[in-house]
Amino acid sequence: MRRALNSFIESIPSSGIRKFFDIVAEMNDPEVISLGVGEPDFDTPWHVREEGIYSLTRGKTFYSPNAGLKELRDELSLFLKKKYELSYDPKDEIIVTVGGSEAIDLCFRAMLDPGDEVIIPEPAFVSYKPCVRLAGGVPVVIDLKNEDDFKLRPEDLEAAITDKTKIVFLNYPNNPTGAVMEREDLEPIAEIIKKHDLFVVSDEIYSELNYTGRRHVSIASFPGMRERTVVVSGFSKTFAMTGWRLGYAAAPAEIMKQMLKIHQYAIMCAPTTAQYAAIDALKNGDGDTAMMRDEYNNRRRYLLKRFRDMGIDCFEALGAFYVFPDISRFGLSSDEFAKRLLKEQKLAVVPGTAFGDCGEGHLRISYAYSLRDLKRALDRIEAFVKCLP
Amino acid sequence: MREKILELLEKNARMSAADIAACIGSDEKSVEAEIARLEDEHIICGYHAVIDWNRTNEEKADAFIEVKVSPQRGVGFDQIAERIWQYPEVSGIQLISGAFDFAVLIEGKSMREVAMFVSEKLSPIEGVLSTSTSFVLKNYKENGVVIERPKKDERLELS
Ligand SMILES: Cc1ncc(COP(=O)(O)O)c(C=O)c1O
Repeated sequence: MRRALNSFIESIPSSGIRKFFDIVAEMNDPEVISLGVGEPDFDTPWHVREEGIYSLTRGKTFYSPNAGLKELRDELSLFLKKKYELSYDPKDEIIVTVGGSEAIDLCFRAMLDPGDEVIIPEPAFVSYKPCVRLAGGVPVVIDLKNEDDFKLRPEDLEAAITDKTKIVFLNYPNNPTGAVMEREDLEPIAEIIKKHDLFVVSDEIYSELNYTGRRHVSIASFPGMRERTVVVSGFSKTFAMTGWRLGYAAAPAEIMKQMLKIHQYAIMCAPTTAQYAAIDALKNGDGDTAMMRDEYNNRRRYLLKRFRDMGIDCFEALGAFYVFPDISRFGLSSDEFAKRLLKEQKLAVVPGTAFGDCGEGHLRISYAYSLRDLKRALDRIEAFVKCLP
Repeated sequence: MREKILELLEKNARMSAADIAACIGSDEKSVEAEIARLEDEHIICGYHAVIDWNRTNEEKADAFIEVKVSPQRGVGFDQIAERIWQYPEVSGIQLISGAFDFAVLIEGKSMREVAMFVSEKLSPIEGVLSTSTSFVLKNYKENGVVIERPKKDERLELS
């Protein structure tokens, strides 16, 4: 029989998170607890679920327009304006997608010519590099450093730019580090991007989970940046709606037109029920997001304190729901550390290397878990490091 | 700091001062002192476990009683309420607006015991006009905790 598969696809590795948790699954040990999940532990707010149910009761079971329900795009436009001072026309600059995940894929496919380079600061969420490659682009990695608080430094960006560079990818607040880039951090980056005539894809899916006490700043709100930025976000983290599979992108009409074409042929439209629920989330979900943010923030402070007390260096993550402690001083690789932690203390965490080589020496700890679970888990880490030389 | 401590304790009264301090970015000593003050000021009035007695061998009968009263000169609602709350069987009593005056929660060992309490102790109180007793058949949620169905983590490690 002929080979069924595309050899390029075969060459793309599967996610490092998956790989590690395949080991956990194999152990099949009920004693194992995990801090590995990257989705909220909260249920979708009930009024949002109720709205989804109500849409079904009313028989809203058909396709929506390709770009998403008009009312949802209107609400998104208002939301982006109110929260981040971004102006996008709901008519032709906003698309509702199957999660932020689809929106990321659309950006690359709509914008990259073969061989175009995309600069990806790592540690980074696992999907960016494969999506760039699937779209014919070439990922160029910048290694971010703990001592820079995992922010992208202008000189590192400048050094990574070549005549093939087309897109700079940003993800702040960041998965897996929890790093945030503030206005003054982003300004010099924006200048470089304009100077070299580049584009930005900015994954701002954690924008509402920001513990700086200041508002999230989108690079698209800077002068001259709107026309060269695609903002990607979604409902998964802000409203605890991962399973609904709903995200969105906002971009200048010219780029959006091509993204919409791919979406139209590959997806048709995002789930209609989820879109009705999402309208309610945007209209009435502010209090829920605030409640979750407060709770995450308590847990974040708790974890940072515990790591500090254990003598483990952990930079102060100010966003998302992850901390990224530095375990290099124990002389184990992050993979060894995570595997031994799993075997000896039955705690599963993701090795930093799942998010790029420069994640070496770190672990990603998710705090999308109750304080009770976090306490138990941290006790296990404490017991583990006590036994290390 | 007060409000933050209260919010955390309201969710979990067993949370240690050290853990509260870590969560709110304070230190253990200050949290302990603040909790002591909150207790002294009777803002924190008690600490209770939320128990699903149905999962134990203990027999319980809870009832919710609507009580209508006629407050008389010199004997306002508060005095009548006190005559009711002094009974240990009464686990809660509130003055409410609407068709009746007090909502009284009784925790008894059996329906018979509750019925006896209502007919022999509650009804005869001076000023009580009428009572209407409703037995609790099933407890779904109490103090913000869903009793009926323990929460299970169904998430997968994907992202
Ligand atoms: C940084 C980041 N971007 C995008 C996504 C995708 O989210 P979704 O497709 O559920 O919107 C995730 C999910 O974990 C993420 O962490």
